[in-house]
Amino acid sequence: MKKGTLKQILLITDGCSNKGEDPAATAALALQQGITVNVIGILEDDQTEEPEGLQEVEEIALSGGGVSQLVYKQALSQTVQMVTKQAMTQTIQGFVNMELKQILGKEQTMEDLDPEKRGEIMEVVEDLGETSDLEVLVLIDTSASMHDKLPTVKEALIDLSISLNSRVGRNRFAIYNFPGKRKDIDKVLDWSPRLDSISSVFPKLTSGGITPTGPAIREAMYQFGKKSLLRSLRNNHEQDIENV
Amino acid sequence: MNKTSKTYDTFLRPGITIQGKWHHKQYVIIRKLGKGAIGSVYLCESNGKKAALKVSDKSASITMEVNVLKSLGKVQGRSLGPYLLDVDDWIVPGVGAFSFYVMEYIQGKTLPEYMNQRGEEWIGVFMLQLLDDLESLHEAGWVFGDLKVDNLLVTSSPARLRWVDVGGTTQVGRAIKEYTEFYDRGYWGLGTRKAEPSYDLFALVMVFLSVYHPNHFPKGQNPQAILFNRVDRVKALKPYSSCLKKALVGKYQTSAEMKQEISTVLYDLQMQKTTRSNTNSISSRRQDKSSNALEYIGLVLLALGYYLSSLLIP
Ligand SMILES: Nc1ncnc2c1ncn2[C@@H]1O[C@H](COP(=O)(O)OP(=O)(O)OP(=O)(O)O)[C@@H](O)[C@H]1O
Repeated sequence: MKKGTLKQILLITDGCSNKGEDPAATAALALQQGITVNVIGILEDDQTEEPEGLQEVEEIALSGGGVSQLVYKQALSQTVQMVTKQAMTQTIQGFVNMELKQILGKEQTMEDLDPEKRGEIMEVVEDLGETSDLEVLVLIDTSASMHDKLPTVKEALIDLSISLNSRVGRNRFAIYNFPGKRKDIDKVLDWSPRLDSISSVFPKLTSGGITPTGPAIREAMYQFGKKSLLRSLRNNHEQDIENV
Repeated sequence: MNKTSKTYDTFLRPGITIQGKWHHKQYVIIRKLGKGAIGSVYLCESNGKKAALKVSDKSASITMEVNVLKSLGKVQGRSLGPYLLDVDDWIVPGVGAFSFYVMEYIQGKTLPEYMNQRGEEWIGVFMLQLLDDLESLHEAGWVFGDLKVDNLLVTSSPARLRWVDVGGTTQVGRAIKEYTEFYDRGYWGLGTRKAEPSYDLFALVMVFLSVYHPNHFPKGQNPQAILFNRVDRVKALKPYSSCLKKALVGKYQTSAEMKQEISTVLYDLQMQKTTRSNTNSISSRRQDKSSNALEYIGLVLLALGYYLSSLLIP
């Protein structure tokens, strides 16, 4: 099986979108482009159950082919890395299921195989998860209510890079925040293999109550495009050097 | 909070029999043992024998755990983790399929319970047992990963520290599959999450710190200083403190290295105690002394055994 690059958007928010297109629709578009959308909804310390504003969290992840989780601030680090890894496994399993259908016939999935065969396939899935290259674009809601949560978000992202950089496969991270000063999103950190350097560049708060989640996901999607293009150019360049 | 609630738990009442779809074996549920992140574990009975059954709606996760148990089963001459008995699917008509596996039921006490009842002299013994098992595991190309108090049980006669949940076990060189913050060196800023023997040795120290700090403690501004300070402040850990600190900062490349140093400490400790108990013998009560002396002699032999075997390691 071919080893590819997994692409993910990780949306971290604490509220509901209130401007622009439906975020679930843009997430579905992203999925069409091969980008999985994961969503983490941060709960206030005094919130219980499912608060109104965070209902769209699950919906966005569902249509974005990703994983969602509501979480209190304290558990953010573990959740961020768990969600990212789960989504990787889920995506790879999706590929594997597609291949299985081609080999075994239309309605076959892993669950239809006996436990022994399933075990063998799961080993392949794990191998791919460990060795695949991964690109994560982190999209942080920096509207006013996120104020007291940003330091925790920053820690969680540094922690995520510790986890992912312990893998065999390569990683690239980019961080954007929304709403931007003039645009829907602003760049916090350009594509980079680690996140240890974010302490100095972490976003300031954007005041006001606008949360344009849908437009933000759309913009985020394009950041993969530009970068892939750049990288494919760079790869060609590297090849040229090797050939010399 | 989770909409896909764990429906299987509502069906699995004591007395219920479930049958596997593929291997057709039957299991009678006795009671629930506990619940983890990816499923629930039940005590069950099959052909008059007790076993532990783990069931989940996450088939992939169950399959991964089963793969680990199978690999551990192949490590020669050791029972690392529970013995795997069966893997199957359980079909609930109109609801769906749940994956499960059946394993050896490990009946025992938790490490803190055991040490509270039986005394601190067991620390050294359990450290050595754990290091011994880790050594075999590492040599087989695996790292335990999620080593923590909750994943260990002490079975009795003879007292043996056993691993219950091996879900975090990861091939050497990969990213640790599952971890718990307090036991994770990455969280404490003292290393990566790459599966290496030293990752487990860090967690081993945290296991023994946890016994004395059941509610754990925050990492603060200078995590390493906090940890060193905690090691120094626990009286029972004091004799081992230099070894424990070395493990915390990743100075040991293998379990064998750490085992050798711990057994040296233990050996010296037992020698001191034997001489002390001999000189104190007049003042101490007769009965007490003889039973203590017996225990000491046992421990000295054990320590001596480890000490000698560690000398054989190049
Ligand atoms: N083979 C076994 N024998 C006896 N008790 C067991 C066995 N396996 C698991 N248990 C008990 O069942 C409980 C649940 O275990 P499980 O492995 O599901 O998860 P956990 O360690 O609590 O969490 P996680 O799944 O997040 O690692 C634990 O308290 C454990 O002690």
